[in-house]
Amino acid sequence: MRRILPPAIVLAAAVALWEVATAALHVSPEILPGPVLVVTATAGQIGPLLPNVATTSEEALLGLALALAVAIPMAVAIDWSTTVRASVYPLIVASQTLPIIVLAPLVVIWFGFGLGPKIVLVALFSFFPIAVGAVQGLASADVLIIDLLRTMRASRWQLLTHVQLPSALPQIFTGLKISVTYAFTSAIVAEWVGASRGLGVFMTAAANDAPRQTDLVFGATAVTAVLTIALFGIVAALQRVAMPWRPRSRA
Amino acid sequence: MTGTGSAVELRGLSKSFGQLRAVDRIDLDAAPGELVALIGPSGCGKSTLFDIVAGLEQPDGGEVRIDGTVVADRLGASAYMPQRDALLPWRRVEDNVGLPLELRGRRRADARRVARPLLDRFGLGDFAGAWPWQLSGGMRHRVAFLRTVVARPTLVLLDEPFGDLDGLTRRDLQEWLGTLLTDLGPTVLLVTHDIAEAVFLADRVIVLTPRPARVAAELTVTLARPRRTDDRESPAAVCAERDLREALQSASWTVPRR
Repeated sequence: MRRILPPAIVLAAAVALWEVATAALHVSPEILPGPVLVVTATAGQIGPLLPNVATTSEEALLGLALALAVAIPMAVAIDWSTTVRASVYPLIVASQTLPIIVLAPLVVIWFGFGLGPKIVLVALFSFFPIAVGAVQGLASADVLIIDLLRTMRASRWQLLTHVQLPSALPQIFTGLKISVTYAFTSAIVAEWVGASRGLGVFMTAAANDAPRQTDLVFGATAVTAVLTIALFGIVAALQRVAMPWRPRSRA
Repeated sequence: MTGTGSAVELRGLSKSFGQLRAVDRIDLDAAPGELVALIGPSGCGKSTLFDIVAGLEQPDGGEVRIDGTVVADRLGASAYMPQRDALLPWRRVEDNVGLPLELRGRRRADARRVARPLLDRFGLGDFAGAWPWQLSGGMRHRVAFLRTVVARPTLVLLDEPFGDLDGLTRRDLQEWLGTLLTDLGPTVLLVTHDIAEAVFLADRVIVLTPRPARVAAELTVTLARPRRTDDRESPAAVCAERDLREALQSASWTVPRR
């Protein structure tokens, strides 16, 4: 409660100021609708909104899953093979200089207009933080414990599952939390390039309506933020479940 | 199998790291069930010696015989306890103890069936389900000792096993460990830089020179094992400690005061 209260107060004050300012300055709701209007308009559209939320959520979650499924094995390969580390790891880091957003049209050209390109784009955004966290996490395992298990004749696979992966979990989760904050946004960007359903489609449709339904654009943006925060919370909860050995004060 | 009747024999063991000679032509024998302490200053090459015996390092020269046979791949041939307790934070106490069994392919439930009676027998039964962070330093060390012996190794290597504990806990734990090792009866090599500890635990104490490690002197402790607190003040112990101190001084090493 003590952690939530201060930002909640600031947020409430900002929203209140926004409402008062739009009312006092008679701003056209097509340019900047007040928060009350945003909420009532969005609430009125909840029926059409929900299928779009479902589509975008599906893209975001599957994209994250794909990123995890590629990043973790690749991190293990980088950890196990100095050749892979020397040849692939610098490229992964360098690939971050590519503006992934401009890849969106390409991805649509290659993978069409269905679910595929959205998942690929979300995965491209999410891959890097997870991969880097996993590589560093695997390398951070306690050498003393590794040596101890070697004297017990542990295999490389046993060292990975018994020592390295558990040691890497905090960093993998940190990477995953960063990726989560990109997931919905990148799914929406992918939808802008070409899609038939999703929050991105909903937003463009609202913006291009006549008259412009700017209040719904704001509403969809707020829904995106709430979804991201919810997913972040779910990942944080998963982390607590996945790492029950940590003292509560640090969890 | 047993050529000379020794559980472990080191013959002319040498190891250098670049220009630095860590271990220099060490000869050493331990009879089955014998507890041999190696004493010398920290960083004198004792840990390197242990890494070689445990199979983590290969020597530049000499050989290691275990039960009379030269063993080239020694990983798994002995049970090694490092300086820190090295408990796995993500395993409960009983699963830390059972780890060596699980690595050999036993199922976790099976490993627990072996670990739990051992925990009960040596006074840790109430902590079987605890996480390592919930234990004190002394308790963590006990768990690490039980993990070292759970697979009933014939050869145990203890590398300054009480290194980071306070004096009182140390003395408690020395007695507990002495009983444990006498009960289970493995051959033990114990590296320490503490004279009283070497005398209290060992059948025989070997004095090593500072880097490179070389055998400087040897001394037998005649007290029966396991030893009790009273034995610390016994004439035999006091004599042995004095002899050791002298041997260490002539091995050109200043004895730290305790």
